[in-house]
Amino acid sequence: MMQQVSSDPLLKVENLVVEYAVGGRTVHAVSGVSLEIARGETLGLVGESGCGKSTLGRAVLQLRKAVSGKVLFDGHDLTAMQGDALRKMRRRVQLIFQDPIASLNPRRRIGDIVAEPLVISGVADPAKRKQIVDDVLSAVGLDPALVGGRLPHEFSGGQCQRICIARALVLNPEFIICDEPVSALDVSIRAQILNLLEEMKARYGLTLLFIAHDLAVVKSVSDRVAVMYLGRLCEVGPSEQLFASPAHPYTALLIEAIPVPDPDVRPTQSVPVGEPPSPIAPPSGCRFRTRCPRADARCVDEVPELRMVAPGQFAACHHPLI
Amino acid sequence: MATLELSLEDEAGARRARRGRRLGMLFWFAIGWMVLVFAVAIFADLLPLPSPTDMDMLERRAPFSVEHWLGTDGLGRDELSRLIYGARISLIVGLCAPVIGVTIGGALGMLAGYFRGRFESLVVGSMDVLLAFPPLILALAVTAFLGQSIFNLTCILGVLGIPAFMRVARASTLTLARREFVIAAQALGASHARILLRELLPNVLLPLLAFFLLGVAVTIVVEGALSFLGLGVPPPISSWGSMIGEGRESLDVAPRLAFIPAIAMFLTVLAFNLIGDTMRALTDPRQGAL
Repeated sequence: MMQQVSSDPLLKVENLVVEYAVGGRTVHAVSGVSLEIARGETLGLVGESGCGKSTLGRAVLQLRKAVSGKVLFDGHDLTAMQGDALRKMRRRVQLIFQDPIASLNPRRRIGDIVAEPLVISGVADPAKRKQIVDDVLSAVGLDPALVGGRLPHEFSGGQCQRICIARALVLNPEFIICDEPVSALDVSIRAQILNLLEEMKARYGLTLLFIAHDLAVVKSVSDRVAVMYLGRLCEVGPSEQLFASPAHPYTALLIEAIPVPDPDVRPTQSVPVGEPPSPIAPPSGCRFRTRCPRADARCVDEVPELRMVAPGQFAACHHPLI
Repeated sequence: MATLELSLEDEAGARRARRGRRLGMLFWFAIGWMVLVFAVAIFADLLPLPSPTDMDMLERRAPFSVEHWLGTDGLGRDELSRLIYGARISLIVGLCAPVIGVTIGGALGMLAGYFRGRFESLVVGSMDVLLAFPPLILALAVTAFLGQSIFNLTCILGVLGIPAFMRVARASTLTLARREFVIAAQALGASHARILLRELLPNVLLPLLAFFLLGVAVTIVVEGALSFLGLGVPPPISSWGSMIGEGRESLDVAPRLAFIPAIAMFLTVLAFNLIGDTMRALTDPRQGAL
């Protein structure tokens, strides 16, 4: 069963499975995830570290080959593409990383780094390239005359993330995957970068897949939120609705774990105990059952499918909260 | 929206100050010595020097004089002239052999570190074999088979340097290839060649260059050792190593015959190391981060 968000989604992921071998064993990073993202929408993807959300983002871009499943971008199956066709399609999808400093080559000048996508995609005229680069650098709030000739180490993390956003925007893409774009930044800079992303989204008409482990950040930017646990989707739904009435116990626990800025509020004790199980040997049935307060025998035997629990809201749970 | 507050003039001024401070007296002495050695080696033919191979049996082991500035050796040949012509050999071998090593070893190391898999196992395995092979035996075998010549000597030393350069290049490529900027280039659709040349090479080049200068110093010493053992350049051509070897015979009567070329070699090797260190510190984009 698949959640339908629009008749013509920009990105449609169908039953995507990504596995990789570590020391002779198989890590089940993504196990049958299906998603849709409508044009102009921001989908937030949240989950604990190691739940496969970054792997999912990279598998969408074909940076990691999927074992099975499809990634349909604007109707074209990216998993079936190779070579030049894939390279052309990649121009329409861009990626922003968690560590802004590591995602810039320390030995190349900012002007060259931001112009690189243009060079690769065959914009041969240097004057034209410079024009585009200057425009996009101004758009992200950097002075092109001042930053163009400098090296990445001369900038702060927030400024580097602006440069990364500029590089992602320079080809005028339709879709950007933001892989934890603010988790490596100071709290004071986060809001700036999030506002910049919102601004750029409106200005360039972007669709975003926003990956994060911080629910508060996701809540503020997303139209819809998908919650991932150990390679599977737990719950998908409109942001407001999901936060107001979560259907999956895991979502509920994550929301409870958001700190409340009030010293009189005692933290609740229902935070899941222990580490999540290893993705090398995930639990049978529902993968959350080992930490779930509502788990019973059915959760051990039967893998819960995503099903509608409220209009637009889907949960993969045998005992949903609503 | 926040923009950069620093003005460019401030930054440039600060950088000039930093750079000026780091280059100490030692660096300039090293540069001065290198310029001197290279100049006399290159223009040796134009200098008013006696022939380095003309023997004067009446003036064997002559002391310093106006005619022979550094005296003569055991066969009455002018020591200064032999030292200068010897510098040519030492520098040619010392520079050319690491060039062979850095080119082949650097390329193999980068390819191995980037592509991984079977190719890497093959490269690392064959380099281990080369490392395990005793270098002196290899030198002996090649000189016995192909004869003693500067070209053969350079090739042997060059090939022996490949594994070390391969390891340096592979180690830096391994850490760099996992960094996000390489993944970003892949996501942009850059070809492997482009990623290797534009993203990885500029970063790998720096440790390779520092290691190259060290390699030059080591090669000069090794060439000296081989010549000392009689495996280096064939006589009567002089090299610093063979001069030390010949001076050994008269250590008790004229120790300067061994010490003068030894000092020249010591200073040159030291100068290469000093310059290598300073270059590395200067070209590191993160000041003092290493």
